[in-house]
Order: sequence, then structure tokens, then C-alpha cells
Amino acid sequence: MRAIHDIHGGVHPPERKELSQPGQLTDAPLPTHLVLPLRQHLGVPAAPCVAVGDTVLGGQQIAEAQGPMSVPVHAPTSGSIVAIESRPIAHASGLEDHCIVLETDGRNQWVTCAGTADWHAEDPVTLVERIKDAGIAGMGGAGFPTAVKLTPGPTRNIETVLINGTECEPYITADDTLMQCHADELVEGAQILAHVVSADAILIGIEDNKPAAIARVAAAIERSGADIELATFPTKYPSGGEKQIIEILTGQQVPSGGIPADIGLVCVNPGTAVAAKRAIVDGKPLTHRIVTLTGESLSTPQNVTACLGTPITWLMAHAGLSAAPQQRIIHGGPMMGFAVSNLEAPITKITNCLLAPTVAELPLPEPAKPCIRCGHCAEACPASLLPQQLYWYARAKDQEQLAEHRLFDCIECGACAYVCPSQIPLVQYYRAAKGQIRDSEQEKRRSDNSRERFEARQARLEAEAAAREAKRAARKAAAADKAAEGGVDPIQAAIERAKARKAEQDQGADKEPAH
Amino acid sequence: MTSPHAAGQSKVSSVMRDVLLATLPGVVVLTAYFGPGTLVNIVLGGLIAVACEYAVTAWRGRDPRVAISDLSILVTSTLLCIALPPYAPWWLIVIGVLTAVLLGKQVFGGLGYNPFNPAMVGYVVLLISFPVQMSAWAPPRGLTDVPGLGETLRHLFAPGTIDAVTAATPLDLLRQNTGLLFDDLMSSRPELVGWGGVGWLQANIAFLVGGIWLLYRKTFTWHAPLAMLAALSFCALIGYDGGSSESGGSALFHLFSGATMFAAFFIITDPVSSAVSNRGRLIFGALIGALVYLIRVLGNYPDAVAFAVLILNFCAPFIDHYTQPKVYGTRNKDV
Repeated sequence: MRAIHDIHGGVHPPERKELSQPGQLTDAPLPTHLVLPLRQHLGVPAAPCVAVGDTVLGGQQIAEAQGPMSVPVHAPTSGSIVAIESRPIAHASGLEDHCIVLETDGRNQWVTCAGTADWHAEDPVTLVERIKDAGIAGMGGAGFPTAVKLTPGPTRNIETVLINGTECEPYITADDTLMQCHADELVEGAQILAHVVSADAILIGIEDNKPAAIARVAAAIERSGADIELATFPTKYPSGGEKQIIEILTGQQVPSGGIPADIGLVCVNPGTAVAAKRAIVDGKPLTHRIVTLTGESLSTPQNVTACLGTPITWLMAHAGLSAAPQQRIIHGGPMMGFAVSNLEAPITKITNCLLAPTVAELPLPEPAKPCIRCGHCAEACPASLLPQQLYWYARAKDQEQLAEHRLFDCIECGACAYVCPSQIPLVQYYRAAKGQIRDSEQEKRRSDNSRERFEARQARLEAEAAAREAKRAARKAAAADKAAEGGVDPIQAAIERAKARKAEQDQGADKEPAH
Repeated sequence: MTSPHAAGQSKVSSVMRDVLLATLPGVVVLTAYFGPGTLVNIVLGGLIAVACEYAVTAWRGRDPRVAISDLSILVTSTLLCIALPPYAPWWLIVIGVLTAVLLGKQVFGGLGYNPFNPAMVGYVVLLISFPVQMSAWAPPRGLTDVPGLGETLRHLFAPGTIDAVTAATPLDLLRQNTGLLFDDLMSSRPELVGWGGVGWLQANIAFLVGGIWLLYRKTFTWHAPLAMLAALSFCALIGYDGGSSESGGSALFHLFSGATMFAAFFIITDPVSSAVSNRGRLIFGALIGALVYLIRVLGNYPDAVAFAVLILNFCAPFIDHYTQPKVYGTRNKDV
């Protein structure tokens, strides 16, 4: 048995997971239009490789990756491209972004997908390339390009692939459902990932509030005969944070500012592992995902497999949303999700949950009261920060103290704000402060650059002036040397020549009037 | 609106309500041993404090109902009034409460902004300004007749109604002791029965019970109270001097006399004016414990809590600076 380590802090909000009936999975109906953002991942947006009017097949690449921090986008079904334009997307900013709009034809015709069952024999580099070409980005919420994660560089030796089946956010059951319904694919995906990074060990971690998933995954491991360790640990939010699950299962901490690979780990979401299996074994790109539709404003909360690009409003209608005035739809969970400002926005590779709560269920926040420094936030912080101090310094815009109190080690899990008796929106302050610090760092870089450019130009001008001066001095010295040597002084000679010419002209002029 | 969208059950008002409830056992015991004086103090002080807080927050353009409803002002006035002598004249209570609310809290911007414990600010101003009235603690039941409620109320506005309002407290007796061995001193007078004296022992136990309930409710952590009690005991052990006539008193005497338990669980746990990290609170509490002992034994005042707390309130930001907890991921780094 693996030793389970406790993490500092954490909270126990009501889980409400039973609401969406984890383990039961149906396909969401196909909408008439799919809106596929060019950036569904963290990094550089993909570039469209189809034009308006083109007909496409399911699985066909419609936008290609732009560099390493980018992944392509594929059509989830057959149809025609009707627009490539800015559309509302599900983002905390509420801004629009470039999307390809696909009108579905209902025939769901696919390209032929060629996979490799015998991936053991494949070169890891080829496999990483295929994982990237399949458009896979972390499906736990951040959307980090998986291929980048799988190539941590020659200096880092990966020992363990860790599948993070924690799903510690209340309400969400997408990973739970995935682990129950696709356990065999998960196990194979984990093995593929381990092969890709040449890891010796595979570890699947699941929180103990998901007994069905634990049983199914254990059975799948048994069937596969692979050497995979399944670890369960007590339920606590936010155990599913990458840094947190690593500490829980290994006792080690990811160094501040570092990545798990620094301590020999690659940590991926179960959905990502399943997507990797489908990319390699079935040759299928990432075009669908499991989304939890939940909340008491829905008549039939459930888990569905939906096409990427399905508008949120479509899924909400499917789950029977009876919208109250000012109905909130939260993208993600209640602890870290954000309220969607436009329901026309589509789901993407990172959409694990759409939560439609009633006001009774998740009351609107009361006006914040003054901080009484009770320290409950520090007790709850999984990063061992002092949130109450960060709050003061964020309000004072004291960037030096914010750095001193390690603002950037905050994972924005919201545990501090959850326990705050004054109901201060602490995470909001930290996000704003981080943004301000990034801005001022950028500003400083810009002004440093300008200063360096100016100084370089100044130095170049001075050097040029000095060179000219040196040349002049050299010429002068050369002339003086010549004169001193007894030769004709060139200046004197020039004066003589000019005088002679003048005299000649004068003579000519004198003759003129005689004509 | 950003995450989290869920919020826990804890509210400022529920924290404050818990603190008020936790004072109940102590107040009941004080009333039982010293009569209804403390109760009258609390009621009168509470009324003045609420009125004053209401007026000042309204004047400052804040919503006074919000300020009152967080109950913090009642905590301040209640803690101050528990600390005041049971049969204090009305004006002493008025001055103390007004000082606490105005000078201790509102001048800094109200709840959450006060660098000092407001109740202790009020207490110290009174102690320095009116030493005679402030050192007039009543004798416990059994040594004298405890006045009734009517008498107490009459006494409030017509001092002299009650005869026996002043007696030396056990801490006074210890300081005044010149010739007796400590054990002899403790057995020389009826009011010194028990570790900390009649009434005092029971009141301290009652405040300890209330404090343990607050710990159970997770209103605060154990760090500051335990550190204070440990430091006080440690100093008392060193200063016990074998119980000679020069003795500073036993550890049990110090733990269960004066305002020890009340301070440990109700005064130094005021989060606003204390150190913030657990390690910081250990230091904060320990230094208060040591100062309490030093002032009790070497100083000039009947009890030392208020001074010790205010001095450490000064030091809290300094302690914070040196006691930042190790953040996740910095375990093996010099950062």
C-alpha cells in the first residue's frame, strides 16, 4: 500500500455529485451548427486550413497547429463550413474569439481513421507527433498541449505517469463517468503515455468518494495485466490540483515555479489519457468529450458525450433548463469555474462541466465585510500561503510584499474565499494583482528594451563620430608629416593654384572690351 | 463575478456570536461569586457601545446596521466590561466603552483595521486615569454579603449604596506579601483558598471551558492561548523560588488567578490585532505570557494582561515579518 500524505489546508464543500448520476452516459443530440474556436487550448491559436463553403468530413483537420504551443482542430462530424469569424466563446473575460462554424449535415460521415494496435513497437517521437496531430490538450481544465507535456526535455527523466482521477470539484462527474464507462481505454491510454515518456511506473489516483470508478478501473487494470498501481485517498478539496495530488501520493512537492517533470512525474487527466489511446490505437482525433450538465435549474442533470463546438444553450435545453431571471451558467465547477456571459458560446476541449444552479443552491455573494484576520483562509490554503496578508497587499498594490508572500504560488482554488467569514472575493483580488504584476513586468521589459536600444544607438553614434574624428586627425597628421618632410604643402599649393587661375581670368577679362 | 461561486457557512456575525456565547460560563461564575456587578457592567456597556458605534459609522457614511449586525462591537464592550471591577461607577464604564469604540476601533477605520485590541485600549486608559476605581474589585461571596440587583443598580448612580466594594485580590495580596512563605500566605486568609483564590479559580476554569468550546468550534487555533499559558507557567516555575517570602507565586496560582484564562482565550485571540501565522501566534502568545508574569511580579499594577497585550499588538507586524510559513514548493529552496 502506498503511503498517503496529507496536504495542508483544504475544505469540504457539499459534493452534490449524485445529482448528475455519475456512470450513466448518453450522446448529446447533434446541433445544426458547431462553433469551433481556433484556440481551445493554452497557447497559440490554430490557423484555419479550410475555407467558407468547403464541405468537410468528421475527423478532418480544419485548423492546423501554429508551432509547438499549439494544437490543431478537427471537424467532429460531416458538414459544410459556413463561417470563419469572431464568435462568443466560453471565457472568463466574456470576449469573442475566432471560430470556425460548421453546419452539420446529420450524415456523420468520417474520414478513414488508421490506428496502430501495436504501439509498443512505435518510436515515442512518432507517437507524440500523432498525439499532437490529434489535437489533444489537457482535458482537466487548463488545456495545456499534451505533446508539450510529454516532451519535458533531455534533462528531465520521467519515472512515473500519474493519472489524476481526483475530480475534487463539487458537482462535476465527467471524469468519474469516463473512468466508469471507458476504464479499459483509460488503462491502455496510460500505458501509451508511459511508453511515450519512457516511464517505469503508472499510478492512477482516485478520490475515495468514487467507489464505482475505483472498482471499474481496478477491474480494467486486472484485465490488462499491466503493472499499474491504483491509489485511493480521502476526499478533500482541492486534492485534484496537480501539485496537491502529487504531494498526496508521493510526499514530494513540485518546486515553486517548476513543473512535475522536475521531480520525475507527468500528471494527466483521465480524459486526456483516453484521448491519447483513441489517437494512437483508433487513429481518431479529439472531437468529442464528456460534459457534466448539472445544477438544480436543470430538470435532467446528466453526463453526455458531446461534439466539441456544441453551443452551451443547446446542451442546456437538452438537459431541461428552466432558467430563472439572471440565471447563472457556470463553466467548470462552483469552486474554480466562471460564469458564462453568452450561452451561444460553444463547449471546448476543456469544458468538463456546465453548472446551472438555483439561487437557493449557490446563493449570490453577500457584500464583503472587512477582513478580521481570523486566519481561516490560511488554515484552508493548500499552498500554505497567508491569504489575509495577500489580500491586504493586493489592495495596497504592494508588489514587493506580494512577491515576498509568494502570490504566484497561489493556485486560485478558492478555498480561502470559501471559508472567509467576511465573504471577501479573495481570488478575484489575487487574479487582479497577478495581472497588474504581469503588466508592470511587461512595462518594465518594454522600457528596459527602449533604454537598451537608445543606449546602443547612442554608443553607435558616438563610435561613428569618434571614427570620423580619428580619420580627420589622421589625414591632418599625414598632411603635416608631408609638409615637414620638405615636400610641397598641399594647402599652400592649392592657394598658389587658385591665385594663378584668378590671374589668368583677370587677364582674359581685360581683353574683352577690346572687341 | 468570479470563482468560487460556493461559500461556506462561516460569517463574521456567527464568529462574534460564538465568542459572546463562550463568555457565558465565565460571566455566570463571576456573577455567582461577586454579585451582579459584572452583568450590570455588560448591559450598560453594551448599550453605550452599540449607540456609539451606530452614531460613528453613520457619521462616517457607512451603513450603521451592517456595522452593528456583525456583533463585533458587543464583543468589544462585553470583554471590556468583564474586565472592569463589578461595582464600578457608571461614568467609568461610559468612559471605558467610549474609549474602546472611538480610540480603539473607529479612529482606525472600524472593524478589521484596529492595530490594538480595542477592549484593552479602553481598559488601559481607565487604569492609568482612574487607578483607585479600577483597583476596587469586590470581595467574593462568603467573605461578605453579595449585593442584589437593585442595590447594584442604585450603587451605579449613587456610589456608596454598597459598603464592601473593595477588597484586595489574590494578586494584590501576593504583591503586598513581605514576610510569609508562599504556602503560608495561601493559607493565611480565607479568600486565598484554592489555587488562585476564591471566585478567581472558578472564574478562570469557566473561561477555560468557554475557550475550549471556541477551540472546538475552530473559532481560533490553539497556538496563541497555549503558548501564553505555557510561557506563564514556565516563568512562574522559574520565579517560584521554592515558595519563599520572595516567591513570585506558583504556576497554578498564576494560571488560575487574575485574568489569565480570560486573556488566553478571549483577549489575545482577537485576530485583528494579533500575529497572523500559527508560528507567529505561538511567539505572540508566549511573549504575552512572559510579560504578564513579569508585570504581575515586578510591576506596579494589579494585573498585567492589558499592558502585555498592547505591547505585543505593537510587535505583531514585526513577528509576522519573521514567521511567514513555508509555501508549497519552497521546502528545499532558500526562498
